[in-house]
Amino acid sequence: MSSNAKTLSATASNPKPAAFNQVRFLRNCFTGYVVLFFIYLAAPLIAAGAFAFNDSMFPALPWQGFTLDWFFSDTEPKLGMFHDRRLLSGLSISFWVALTVAIMSIVVGTCNAFLFERMDFPFKSFCYIMMVIPLVIPGVILGISILVFASDIANGMEDNWGIDIESLRPGLLLVILGQFSFVTTITTLVIAARLKKFDIQLEEAALNLGASRARILRTVTLPFLKPALIGAGVVGFLISFENFNTTLMLVGSDAPLTITMYDRMAKVGSTPVLNAVSFFLMIGSGLLALLSVFVQRDKN
Amino acid sequence: MNHAQKRLAFLLLFAPFFLWILLLIVLPHIGVFILSVKEKVGMGVYEYGLGNYIEFFNEPVYWNTLLRTAVMSIFVTIVTLIIGFPIAYYIAKIARQRAKAGLFLLCLIPLWVSDLVRSFGWIVLLRETGIVSSFLQYIGIVSGPVEFLYNDATVVVGLVYTVMLFMIVPLVTTLDGMDDSLIEAGFNLGGSRLTVLRRIIIPYAMPGIISGCIVVFMLTAGSYLTPILLGGKNSQWFTEQIYEQFITRFNWESGAAFGVLLLIFTSITVWIGLRLSGQTLSSTVAKT
Repeated sequence: MSSNAKTLSATASNPKPAAFNQVRFLRNCFTGYVVLFFIYLAAPLIAAGAFAFNDSMFPALPWQGFTLDWFFSDTEPKLGMFHDRRLLSGLSISFWVALTVAIMSIVVGTCNAFLFERMDFPFKSFCYIMMVIPLVIPGVILGISILVFASDIANGMEDNWGIDIESLRPGLLLVILGQFSFVTTITTLVIAARLKKFDIQLEEAALNLGASRARILRTVTLPFLKPALIGAGVVGFLISFENFNTTLMLVGSDAPLTITMYDRMAKVGSTPVLNAVSFFLMIGSGLLALLSVFVQRDKN
Repeated sequence: MNHAQKRLAFLLLFAPFFLWILLLIVLPHIGVFILSVKEKVGMGVYEYGLGNYIEFFNEPVYWNTLLRTAVMSIFVTIVTLIIGFPIAYYIAKIARQRAKAGLFLLCLIPLWVSDLVRSFGWIVLLRETGIVSSFLQYIGIVSGPVEFLYNDATVVVGLVYTVMLFMIVPLVTTLDGMDDSLIEAGFNLGGSRLTVLRRIIIPYAMPGIISGCIVVFMLTAGSYLTPILLGGKNSQWFTEQIYEQFITRFNWESGAAFGVLLLIFTSITVWIGLRLSGQTLSSTVAKT
C-alpha cells in the first residue's frame, strides 16, 4: 500500500462519502499542482529549444514552418550555428577550457579526497571548511578576487623587474583558474563520497599478498573510484562549460561560448541561431548527464 | 608504511590542497580587501583609509541596491520554500517508488542546462513579442502586445526557477528519512491535516529547510545573469554594481569594497541561519 493510501484510511476512519470526496478533491488539487510545477520547469527550456526550428527571423510566434537553417544554413542573413565563425570559436574555446578545468579539478579533487578521508592532521576540520568555502562564495566575487590578485602580481613583476607576463592579464588562463577554484570543491565532494564507501580491508589484503602501494592504488583503489572520477569529470566539465559569472570578470579577447551568446543576447536583436545553440547545449548536456548516471549506476 | 613515508605521503597530498586554497582563495581575497581600503589621492598615489566604504554609505544608490538585493533574495528564498515544499513532499511521500526516481530526475534537469539558456527561454516566453504575449492576444484577453520583462515579478520568477532545485534536493532527502508512522500517529491522535503539517512534518524537515534556504539565499544574492537579463536596467542587483565599478568605470578600489561588503553581508546572514538551526557549514553544503 502506498503511504498516501495509509494516510487516507487513517483520516477517513468513519467512511462518510462526503469526507471521502473531500479527500479525493484535495488529492486531485495536489496532483494538479505538481503537474503545473513541472510545466513551469519545462516551459523555458521548451521555448528556448523549439524556436530553433522555426523558419522565421525572430524567435517568436507565429510558427512559420519547420527548418534546419538555424543549424546548417551557410548564407546570411540566416547564418546557421555551424557556419557562424564566432559561435564556433566560442564553442571550441569553451570545450578546451572545460576539458582543462575538468582534468585539473579531478586530479586535485582526488588528492583532496585522499587527504580528508585517509589522513589525520592538525586543523583538519578547519581545512575541511576552507575546502568547502569556494562553493559558497558568489562567482562574481571569485572572479574579481582572482583578477585583482593576478593583476597585483603582474604589476609587481613589471614595476620591479620589468617583466610583462601577458598571461596574468584577463584571458583564458585566468578563466581556467577562476573556474577551477570552485569546481575543485565539487569534484572533491563527489570523489570523497565514493572513497568513504571503500572497504579498507581490500587494500590490506592486497598488501598482505605482497603488492606495492603504487600497484594497489593502480589496480584496486583507482578502479573502485572510477565511476566517481568520471562522474566528477562530467559535472566539472559541464559546470565549467556553462559558467558565466566568474568567466565574465576574467575574460580577455578570446570569449568562451557563454560570453559570445550573452553579447548577442544583450546587444544585437537575437535571431533563432541562439535557440539553435541552446538546443545544441541542452542535447549535449543531456547526453553527458545520461553518461554520468549510467557510469555511476553500472557499479552499484 | 614507516613514519618518513607517511609524512611524505601526507605532504604530497597536502601540497595541491594548500596551493589551491592559498593561491586561488585566501590570497586573492586578502588582495581584494587590501585594495578596498586604498584610496586614490593622485596619479598613481594611494593612501590607506576607509574612503571607499564611507562613499558606499554616503551614496544612497549604493546601499539601496544592497538593501534591495537583500530583501529580494530573502523574498525569493521564502517563495522557493513555499513552492518547493509541497513538491518535495509529493516526491518523498506520495509518489510511488518508480515515479519517485523519475520525478526527482526531472527536477534536476534545469541544473544540467546553462543559466544563460534558461534565462533566454524566459526571454523568448515573456518579452513583448514573446509567446505569452502573442498567446494572450490570440485568445483575445489583451488587445496589444504586453511586455512581461524588466519588472521585479519576472526577476523573482526567473530566480525562483534557477534555485528551485537546491531547495528541493535537501527537502526530499530529509523527508525521505521520515517514518510514515509518525504522520499516521498524528492523524490517529485526532490531528487535522494542518496540525500534522505544522506539528510533525515541518519540525521533522527543519534541517532540510534550513540547508535549502541557506544555499538558495547565497545563490540568489550572488546571482548576476538572471536579474540582468530579466530585469534589464531596473534590476539594480548588487553584483551588477560590482561589475560596473570594475569593468565599466574601472574603479577597482570601490568595486573591491563592494565585493567585501557583499561577502560580509551574505556571511552574516548565513551565520545567523546556521546559529538559529544549530547546523554547520560543511554539513549544509555537502548535502546539496
